[in-house]
Order: sequence, then C-alpha cells, then structure tokens
Amino acid sequence: MADFLQLLIAGIATGAIYALAAIGFTLLWQTSQTINFAQGEFVMLPAFFALAAMKWGGAPFWLACLVAVAMSLLILGVAFKGLIVDPLIKHGAMPLVISTIGLSIFLKDGVKDAYSAEAQPFPAIFPDRLIEILGVKVSLAQIGVLIIAFGVIFVLQWFLGGTRIGRQMQATAQNPTVARILGVPVERMILYTFLINAALAAMASLLISPIYLAKFSSGETLGMAAFVAAIVGGFNQVRGAIAGGIIVGVLDNMAAVYVSTAYRQAVPLVLLVLIILFRPQGLLGRKEERAV
Amino acid sequence: MTRFNALKTPLIVLALALLILVPADLTGFGIPWGGLKRYGIYILSLWLVTSIAAMGVNLIVGYAGQETLAQAAFLGIGAFTSALLLKAGYPFFVVFLLAGALAFLVGIVLGFPALRVQKHYLAFVTLAFTVFMWLVIRNEDWLTGGVSGMDVKRPVILGVSTKPGLTFYYLILAMTAVLTFALRWILNSPWGRAFTALRENPIRAESLGIDVRTYILLAFAIGSAYGGFAGALYAPLVEFIDPAPFALGPSLLFMLMVVVGGAGSFAGPFIGAAVAVLLPEWLRFAEGLYLIIFSVIVMLMMALCPTGIVGLIERIFTPARRPHADDKGPVLKEAK
Amino acid sequence: MSAQASKQGTGKTVLQVNDLAKSFGGVHAVRGVTFEVKEGEILGLIGPNGSGKSTLFNCILGQLPPTRGDVMVDGKSVTGLRPSDLNLLGIGRTFQLLQVFPQLTVRENLILAGQEHKGSRLKRLFGAGDAGLTGDAERMIDFFRLGHLKDEKAGGLSYGQQKLLDCAMAFMAGPRLVLLDEPAGGVNLTMLANLKERLQAINKETGATFVVIEHNMEFVMSLCTRILVLAEGQIIAEGSPDTVRKDPKVIEAYLGH
Ligand SMILES: Nc1ncnc2c1ncn2[C@@H]1O[C@H](COP(=O)(O)OP(=O)(O)OP(=O)(O)O)[C@@H](O)[C@H]1O
Ligand SMILES: [Mg+2]
Repeated sequence: MADFLQLLIAGIATGAIYALAAIGFTLLWQTSQTINFAQGEFVMLPAFFALAAMKWGGAPFWLACLVAVAMSLLILGVAFKGLIVDPLIKHGAMPLVISTIGLSIFLKDGVKDAYSAEAQPFPAIFPDRLIEILGVKVSLAQIGVLIIAFGVIFVLQWFLGGTRIGRQMQATAQNPTVARILGVPVERMILYTFLINAALAAMASLLISPIYLAKFSSGETLGMAAFVAAIVGGFNQVRGAIAGGIIVGVLDNMAAVYVSTAYRQAVPLVLLVLIILFRPQGLLGRKEERAV
Repeated sequence: MTRFNALKTPLIVLALALLILVPADLTGFGIPWGGLKRYGIYILSLWLVTSIAAMGVNLIVGYAGQETLAQAAFLGIGAFTSALLLKAGYPFFVVFLLAGALAFLVGIVLGFPALRVQKHYLAFVTLAFTVFMWLVIRNEDWLTGGVSGMDVKRPVILGVSTKPGLTFYYLILAMTAVLTFALRWILNSPWGRAFTALRENPIRAESLGIDVRTYILLAFAIGSAYGGFAGALYAPLVEFIDPAPFALGPSLLFMLMVVVGGAGSFAGPFIGAAVAVLLPEWLRFAEGLYLIIFSVIVMLMMALCPTGIVGLIERIFTPARRPHADDKGPVLKEAK
Repeated sequence: MSAQASKQGTGKTVLQVNDLAKSFGGVHAVRGVTFEVKEGEILGLIGPNGSGKSTLFNCILGQLPPTRGDVMVDGKSVTGLRPSDLNLLGIGRTFQLLQVFPQLTVRENLILAGQEHKGSRLKRLFGAGDAGLTGDAERMIDFFRLGHLKDEKAGGLSYGQQKLLDCAMAFMAGPRLVLLDEPAGGVNLTMLANLKERLQAINKETGATFVVIEHNMEFVMSLCTRILVLAEGQIIAEGSPDTVRKDPKVIEAYLGH
C-alpha cells in the first residue's frame, strides 16, 4: 500500500509536469488554431539552454535556469510565432502542421549535433533526500516539483480567470472576431499565449530533466504525453489538460512497475485509443458543434 | 498550366523509357552506355519504393486532405509480412497482395475510431500507432527478430531469380508502374472527385450524399495499403530489416517529403521521394546534418511555396498570371 | 429532369417536423417548432436575423443533432440520420454561406453533386470517370445559364455565378425536396429574376417541393405559396404571403428588436 502511494505521488509529480506541457499545447490550439507537433521538443530544449549556459557560459545553475526561461520566451515564444506561425496561419492548418513537424526534427537533430547525442544528467532544483510522511517515503525533489508545478498551474488559472488580460485572452480564444469588436487587442493576446506556452515548456523542462535526464530525443515521449494528456482531458480545456496530464503521469509511473518495461511506452497510447473510442470529447471536454 | 499539361503524356513516356533503359547495359545494342553501377541501381530502386509509399501519403494528405503519421509503420507491416511469407515459401505476387491487403485492413481498423471525432485526431492516432508498431517490432523477437533484425531473401519468380540488382529493379519498376496506373485510375474515377470534395469542403460534400467518413476511411486505407505494397518490395530490396526504418522519424519524413514534392499533384511524391533519397547521398560530407537541412527546406517551403517543388515548376512554366489569385495549393484550401 | 406530372400541393405530406428544439449551451436557438410541408409546395421561411432559421434547417438535415423533437420524411422518422443519408433519400439543400468546390470546374462540381446517386460505390470505382453524368451536368449548366463557364474552376466565378452553381448542385440529383438557405442573398437583380424563374420552372416540371429561407421579401412573397414566420426560435405566424404580410405580430417581430 505504501509502495502504491509512493508511486501515486511520483506519478502525480510527473503528471503535473506533463500538465504544464499539455496546457501550453491546449492554449495554442485555442487561441491560434496551432497544433504544435514540436511541443515535445519545446519541453526538451530549455534544459539544453541551461546546460549550454553552464558549460559554455560558466553560469551558476540558478542563472542558467533564468537564461533557459529567457531563451525559451525569445525562441519558442516570439521567434516561433513570428517566423513560423504568422507567415503560415493564413494558408490554413495543414502547412502549419507540416512546418511544426519540420521544426521538431530541426530542434531534435540540432540539439544532437550542437550539444550531444548522449543523455545528460541535469541538476535538480531540490535535493533528492527522502523523508517519511505517515509511513510513505517521498523525496523532497518530488515535493518540490509538486509545489512548483501546481503553483504555476494555480497562478495561471488565476491569471486567466481573475485578471483583465487573462479574461481578454479567454475571449480571444473563444471568438477572436467578437473579441476584436469588443476592443480586445487580439494580436497582443495571441502573442501572450505563445509566451505563456514557452514559459510553461521551460518550467516543464527544468522540472522533468532531473528525473528523466536531458536528451535530444526525449521530445518524442514528452510530446506524446502532452498530446495524450490534452486529448484525454478534452482538447479545448485548460482544466482538462491538467487532469489529463496527471492521469498520464500516474499511469506512466504505474506502468513502469506493473507493466513490462518493453511496453511501458504503449500504456498512454492505449489510454488515448480508449478515450477516442468511448469519450471522444475528453473527460472534461464538451462536444463541439460546428456552425454551418 | 496548359503548356505544362500538354507536356505531361510525352513526359511520362520519356520518364518510363529512361527508367527502363538507363540502368541497363546497352553496349550489346551498339549504344556506348554501360548501365548503372550496382549502387546506382540500388538508389534508383530505393527511390521507386519510397515513391510508392509516398504516393499513398499523397492520396491521404494531398487529395483527401487528411493527416497521416504512420506510413513507416505500414511500410513495416508490408516489410515483415513479405519477409516472413517469402521465408515460408509463398510466391511473390501472393505475398505482395497480402502485404497490401493487411495494411489496408489495419488502416480501416485504425481510421475508423479516429474519424468519428475531430479531423486532427487521425494524426494523433496514427502517431500513437507508429510508436506502438515500433515497440512491437522491437520487442517481439520471435516474430520480427527484434533489434537484431532479420534477413530477407529475394524471391524467385517463374523460375527467374531476382537476386541480381537489375532484375529486382525491373520487378520494382513493374510494380511501381502498376500501382501508379491504379492510383491514377482511382483519382480519375468518381472516388477521386469525392476525395477532392472532402478535402475542399466536407460539409458541403456530405449534403450532396457523399459519405464523408467512408471516403476518408477509404482514402486512408488505400494510402496505407500503398505503404504495405512498398514494404513488400522494401524488405527483399534491402535484404535485411530491423526496427529503425519503421519508427516515428521515418513516418514524419514520409509526410514531409510528399509536401516538399507537392501534395495533391501526381508527380509530387516522386519528386519528394527523390529529394528524400538523394539528399542524404549528396550530403555525405555533412553526415548528420542531412535531417537539419531537410527540415529547414520543409519550413522554408511551407512559408514560400506551400505547393512544393511541383508548384514551383508550374509557376516557372506558367506565364505570369494574376499574382496570388491561385497560387495556393489544393491542400491549403481545406474547409474549416 | 424527367417531368413527373404533379400539381402544386397535392395534399401528400413530404416533410413533417414535430416539436423540434435546439439549444447551444444556454442559447435556445429553436424552441419547439412544428410544421408540415406538402408535396409540390414552395414554402417560405422568414424571420429576423438569429431567429433560428438556419439552425432549424441544420437540425432537419442531420447537420446538427436536435435537442428534442423529430423529423419525418414521407411519414418515416429520419432523425439521427446523417446528412449524406438524407441527401440519398432525395433531399437537396444549399447553405446560407456559399459552398462550392473552388478547385473543381463547374462541370465537375455538378457531376460530384450527382454521382453518389448513380449505382453502387464499387461500380462507380470501375465505371466511367464521370459516372455517366456529363450529359446531365451540361443540361443543368444550360438550364442555369452558366454555359460559357462550364470548364472554369468554380473558385474563379463571380459571387452571383457561384450562388447559381451552388443552387444547381442542389438540384443535380433530381431531389424531391430542396431546402434553400437564402438563395438570393448577395445576388444582383437580373440574376435574382433568373433564379426565381428557374426555381419556379423546376417546381412546375418536376413537382419538387421547396422550403426557402429568404430575407428578400419581394422575392419570397412572389415565389412562395405559403410562408412560415420564425421569431426567437418559434413559429409566430403562418399563411399565404398576403396574410403574413399584414400580420401585426410579424411586423412587430421585425421591428421590435
Ligand atoms: N453552432 C452554433 N453554436 C452556438 N450558437 C449558435 C450556433 N449556430 C447558431 N447559433 C445561435 O443560434 C441562434 C440562431 O441562429 P441561426 O443561424 O439559426 O439564425 P438565422 O435565423 O438563420 O439568422 P440569419 O437570418 O442571420 O441567418 C443565434 O443566436 C446564433 O447565435
Ligand atoms: Mg441563417
């Protein structure tokens, strides 16, 4: 039982990180109809910004983390929007899908060639000391991850629901045309969405890399976790992405113990298929009806 | 456009003649051309096989307006079907048909649930399927040989061994010609029109009696079958298969090469496959950079000429028209 | 277009809508609408913007699932059928926003509109590329006076021409019942007269039944034999063009917003 609880906590911790990536994915989809097939690489990359800052810039870890966040905002936020999404969005969804697939390959192989093909150990923000709470052993690192991830989610929820800009962003997501008529600076709101996605990806990267190591190819698994989380929760819902992320994280950790390692990766995929078969709108999603 | 169209039939005949003659040793006919070397023939064969799989992707992506990220997985289905059945002594053409049929069936089973939902779900489901297939190929050693792979024998057809590269090349060429003709037939039939309709405006199509789901499923299954056919040729061509060529990366590459070549145009997949097969050869000196360069080409192409290389050529061949009026490729005109 | 002898309003009910309702979240777009359409009739459906006319069409035709109520064609319930099934039962439609296939030529658009009604799917794959419809398509093109445009891509036509094509597509399979959502919207006056004349000709020749949504009062009043008025998702008046025109409730519904 204690083992199970331990697994559950570890699962919720990784799940919260997946949720960060899934929220970003969902927000991008909502506000700009961008399906970002490079989302996994977006989570892989910031850790390498930090590693590069430490290795080549001699920066201390805390500074490297700040550099990683700043670079992410710049490259995964501003540059991604300006160079890839904006020029393509008017052509419809398909070219953008293709372009983000191209981007994912570019980032993956770019990191492999520019930094390393080997998995890199990544310093943890919190010490990996075990403590015992009510008979369950948890590591401080896990508690730290939980606090940060849920803190970020909480702040984000508050920002979207409780501030003027947040509500304007939601209006933009629901109906850009109407939002524009109502005087919402739609363009700026879309930019904010990209920045938030980049920041979330950076947070996820800094939190997940100490657990799974930083590796150029880890975007595949991370991206899959984010997609599955977003779909499981309901493609059009921030709340759904959180729930989906946690479910995928818990399943992932359970699978590592209870399913053969060979097929561990397949567990979220089975979940994806089950959801699509039996609850296609996602656990928390509502059916979308197309206007004709 | 018309000038270009008028050129098409002679171009196809010329291309076929070249494909038959160039690899062969023609000195016996008094022509001073010794044919291609072994490696050249291999590259040409690989290009044709890649083109077959890419044609399937083009049907799904370019004509029917859907997304597939599983073509390498279907290639794998075809490759292992053919490797196992050839080993068991089945005749080649039976193996070839079974490989395509199996891919077709898996395509139906896979597409059916995804298509009940949202358009992009097919992309995610195929993505998941590719990862899953790859796990199966890697882990089920008893069937696939796992990471250590398995050897494949080239078949003997009507007493003729296809072991020599040139003989096997002609087999591939013949199959490519048949499959090319079959696809042209499909596209020129009412089915092809229906496929185009669901790319352009599925809602209107449905109101005209077009069973959108069935047609998308058909496009997806036929396109996947082309992956299976390609796999059935790929395995005996390379004579050794392991999990690597059937992973997610190659699946993405199939999608990208079709778009680079020109999605929704008949020549697109051939050109895209040529780029994908030849680029790594040309970039030998910069090993590893190949994928980076390819992905940059893809991103630039999407921004500057989303109709791909075929679109570029058509633009050059077409005297200046109204700018911007019609230079968006068919793929881009998808209805919301 | 084979001419079936049929007079206007033979009394047989083609379409029957019972207590149909549709809500989008908290928006009640259609709230319990009941009406019948008789064979050969040209029924007008009018009402202010947002009164639920298009939503009603979309629910009847399987494009949207109704929240409540059902729809019968020839006395058989068709609720829950998909739009393609309904079309194959002989029901055509047009949409409020123009819907043609821009990359296909005018002729191809029309062949497409008829091909699913020809033989089985498998036969179509192995049969002629045009499903034997080139002749019918050309006749339809001439009928709608688009002859000079038949090989043009539909995307290159003017708005009014596309609108005519859109309409022609709805008739290509020789439907018995056609639902037209604002066929005259954005069409210029000459074209409008042309359209009205064409619609009346088809109605006379084939006995096809029409339901027409339209904001152009003159067009509706002169085309239709009977008119339904929808306001806020409910039918508030019904009758001949003249009675509806004078109904104070209708005037209020149009001005009261
Ligand atoms: N897909 C949808 N989702 C949410 N609300 C919708 C949707 N479609 C229609 N509505 C709402 O339902 C109501 C009725 O709309 P509908 O389009 O049926 O009106 P209409 O009578 O056709 O108007 P118009 O004359 O302007 O075409 C409107 O308030 C509209 O905003
Ligand atoms: Mg309307």
